[in-house]
Order: sequence, then structure tokens, then C-alpha cells
Amino acid sequence: MLSTTLEQPTATPKWVKSLLSPDVLAPIIVGLVLLTAWELAVRITNTPPYLLPGPILILQTLAKDWPTLIPSWFVTMKIAFTALVAATVSGLFVAILFAQSKWIERSFFPYAVLLQTTPIVAVAPLIIIWLKNNTFAALVVCAWIVAFFPIVSNTVLGLNSTDPSLVNLFKLNKANRWQTLWYLRLPTSLPYFLAGLRISGGLALIGAVVAEFVAGTGGAQSGLAYQILIAGYNLQIPRMFAALLLITVSGIAIFAALSALSNVLLKNWHSSAMKHEN
Amino acid sequence: MIGSNLSSAIAMKTQPILTLEHVGKTYANGTVALQDFNLAVEPNTITSLVGPSGCGKSTVLRIISELGDLSTGRMTWRSGNDHKLAYVFQEAALMPWATVMDNIRLPLKLAKVPKRQALGLVSEAIAQVGLQGFERVYPRELSGGMKMRVSIARALVTRPNVLLMDEPFGALDEMTRGKLNQDLLQLQHQRNLTILFVTHSIYEAVYLAHRVVVMASKPGRVVADIAIDSPHPRDPDYRTSAQFNRYCREVSHSLSDAMGESLALAL
Ligand SMILES: Nc1ncnc2c1ncn2[C@@H]1O[C@H](COP(=O)(O)OP(=O)(O)OP(=O)(O)O)[C@@H](O)[C@H]1O
Ligand SMILES: [Mg+2]
Repeated sequence: MLSTTLEQPTATPKWVKSLLSPDVLAPIIVGLVLLTAWELAVRITNTPPYLLPGPILILQTLAKDWPTLIPSWFVTMKIAFTALVAATVSGLFVAILFAQSKWIERSFFPYAVLLQTTPIVAVAPLIIIWLKNNTFAALVVCAWIVAFFPIVSNTVLGLNSTDPSLVNLFKLNKANRWQTLWYLRLPTSLPYFLAGLRISGGLALIGAVVAEFVAGTGGAQSGLAYQILIAGYNLQIPRMFAALLLITVSGIAIFAALSALSNVLLKNWHSSAMKHEN
Repeated sequence: MIGSNLSSAIAMKTQPILTLEHVGKTYANGTVALQDFNLAVEPNTITSLVGPSGCGKSTVLRIISELGDLSTGRMTWRSGNDHKLAYVFQEAALMPWATVMDNIRLPLKLAKVPKRQALGLVSEAIAQVGLQGFERVYPRELSGGMKMRVSIARALVTRPNVLLMDEPFGALDEMTRGKLNQDLLQLQHQRNLTILFVTHSIYEAVYLAHRVVVMASKPGRVVADIAIDSPHPRDPDYRTSAQFNRYCREVSHSLSDAMGESLALAL
């Protein structure tokens, strides 16, 4: 069959080889070099840890403060994840609605843009006041506002990017609106939607953290932003950095997970996920 | 002799399956794509449509398939309206996310044909274009010629009796094109298809067709209607026969007349 590829005659497992590929190795080496430089700079200049801790101290703090940081990490991730799911569902729904007619899109798209251009820091206090009985919901709404637009705009673009010949084929076969949506427009929009989802994944996390900052130290459940604020007040700078590290690593993990999802879903047909053989 | 008398008698009796009378088409931007276009298509024949680029060949197919409407004139199908139409585009136009099998099955899915019956029709169509073994392959793994076969199988799967083909083999190499031409002749006979075949290749037009219709542009109209009275279906030897060459020359002359005329009009 065409789809079977030739087995490589080596015994190295596939995952080892993928770890040793330049795509993985090169950034790791760059990272290690930068971290070493940072550590050395901190030690040579004798910078006090309350101004700039070195990476080793940050890692030590992370390990030491793990029991306090992890519950907070969990709270932040829960907010970001809920917001991302909400943004995906509502974004898809709205995109499909927009794609039903040019008039709907024309009339409502500017308002979707409005959501995107409104600075979240400015509206977060309002939302938190409106939903003061449910801080979790308020934070989710803030993160949702940030994550919503990329999904909508990308999916709308995808739904409208159908191959004209295929559109004609569907017309000739008397496909109804729903068949065209289901068998043609949604599959066409899948790569676009996934690209939007990848952007929204990171934005949902940022939105969650920003909203937590605005919400401040109140509330029963406190996320990583709360830990950063408190550590800042107490001048526990290494802990601030440890919390920041957790946020960054989580952001990267979300991006990697969504990229993997995208590759799995598109591996058979879309050039973004294909291995090119010439 | 008796045989040929008989066949001409039958030919005289056959009623065209499709007639276009005084058809005109003006696009919204004012382009007059067709003017007083007349064509009668005999059932179970291949009619080639040749003409300079932009003369309205695709427009004719779009009108026949009702993808586009005509501005003036009439289009009538044989009484009883027993035609079932399929369209093969210039590009294969496959869904990249679907396997060969799912691509071919699409028209049946849209017509809500039950799965079991659909799978039977699909494998029949796959066999007809010689794609057995490629059912689960995605379009990106196929060569241009194979993609075109998928596209043809997708057109055949609904068992049409009228096939519109718009330069289907234009992007293929000579060898593949020759092979697909041969397969098309076979199919036409096996399935009693009426085929309208648009092409830029004079050789292809003559080789395939019972009849070559030459069009001129600005406005698009018929300038020559040449019957290719050689036995049908043809085999590759026909390509080197004197008769074939004579027909090619005739079509070529009408075509350059048509081009010259439109050049003269443009000047
Ligand atoms: N949608 C459209 N709107 C306006 N003008 C059009 C449209 N489609 C085609 N035309 C014009 O109508 C004329 C005939 O077009 P058509 O596509 O039928 O030509 P064709 O014979 O198929 O050409 P080719 O051999 O290059 O495919 C051309 O002048 C073209 O510019
Ligand atoms: Mg054309």
C-alpha cells in the first residue's frame, strides 16, 4: 500500500530520535546557554536575590514552595481551561452563525472585534463587581473574553474558504445547507479553527492571570497571580519567579498540547501537519 | 451496406437528448459570453467542444448543468426528461480530508443513499476507473492522473447518463492522457453515456468524439460542426491513420478561421 513507509534499519526508538532532532536539541542548547549565563552573571555581580535570583535558586524555591504553589496553579489552570472550553464552544457557535449569511457577519463581526480590542485590565474590575458572588465565574468570563476572538475570526475565515469547484459539486448534487456545512465548510475550516485554538490556549491563560491580578488578594480560591502578588508584598522575589516559571511552563505546555492535537487531526491531509517528501 | 443503411436510419430517428436553441449569455459585468448558440446533442455519443480560450465553452457546460442560467434562448431535454447528469471539472476537486472511497461516495451521501447500497456502487465505480487497492488512500498520496480517475469515479457513482467534462485531462502528460482517453471510450460504450467533452487538444477532440463542435469567441458561437465518421470506440492505431489526420486538419482549419475571425473583429 502507498501509506506504508519503509522501516529504518536502525534500532533507535522513534521518540529518542525525535528528541535528538535539531528541532528539539537546538532550542534546548540555547536555553541552557542562556540559563548558565544568567546564573553566572548573578553570582559574579553578587546581585542580591531580592533583586534578581539566579535560576538555581528559583528551582530550589519552586521545589520548596511546591505545596503552596501547586494548589494555586490548579486554580489558575482551572480558570484558563474552563475559559478555553467556553471560548471554543461559543466561538464555534458564533462562527457558524456568522457563516450562515453575509448579512449576519457584516452586522455582528464588528462587535466581536470590540471584544478583542477592549483592554481586559480595564473591564475586569467591572466584571468582578457584577459577578461578585462568584469570583470563579468572573475570572472565567475575563479569560473567555480574551480567548474568544481568535477562534471566531479564524473559524469564520475557514468556513468561507471553501474550494469553488467543491461548492459547485455540492450544488450539482443538490446538497442542502446543513450537508454543505457538515461535509464541506466545517472540514475546510478545521485547520483554521485549530490555528485559532492554539492562539486562544495561550490567551486564556494570560487572561486568567490578568483577571486574578485585578481581582487582587480577595476571594477564597487564589491562583498563581495571587501568589505573585503576596510574594511581591513580602519581598519573596524567588517565589515570585517560581510562580512566574509555572505560568510560563504551563503556557508552553498548553501550546504544545494543542499543536499535537492539531497534528493528529490534520496528519492525513493538511500541509501544515504533513511530512513533505519530494 | 445493409448495416450502414440501418444505422443511418436509426440515426435519423434518434431524437437529440438535449437541444440548445439561440442561447445567449451575458454576465453581470456585461461580458457577452454566448450569442445565438445552437447545439443538439445526440444520445450515446461523445461531442467535443473546442475553441479559443474565453469563447464560452465552460459557460455552455455551466448552463447545461444549471450551475449558471441562460440570458436568452431555450434549453430543452428530450421529452420524458430521463437525463441524469454528472460534471467533471478541470481540476480533480477532491476533498483533501477524505479518502478516495469517501470522496467517491460523496454524491451518494448527499443523496442519502443507504450505506450498504452506496458501498456497492462505490466499489463498482472504483473498479471501473481501475483504482482498486487505493480505497483508503488520501488524495495527497495520488498522482495527477489518479486524482482525475477519482474525480471520474465520483461522477460515475450516481450512474449518470450524461457526462459533462471540462478539460478534464488538461493538466496531464501525453501518456496518462492517452490512457485515460482509452478508458473514457470504454466507459462511454459500457454505460451508454452521452458525453460533452471540452478540450484544447484538437487530437483529443477528434480521437474521442463522434462529433467536434468548433466555437469562436466574442461573442461565443458555433462556427463548425464536424462529424467524425470513423468506427467508434477507437484504438490507439487510429491516431496514426490518414483519416484521423484528415479530421484533425479540418478541425484545425476551422479553429484558425475562428481565431482569425475573432482577431479581425477585435482589430
Ligand atoms: N463569472 C463570470 N463573470 C463575468 N464574466 C465571465 C464569468 N465567467 C466567464 N466570464 C467571461 O465569459 C467568457 C467565456 O468564459 P468561459 O469560461 O466560458 O470561457 P472558456 O471557453 O471556458 O475559456 P477557457 O478555454 O479559457 O476555459 C470569457 O470572456 C470570460 O471572461
Ligand atoms: Mg473553461
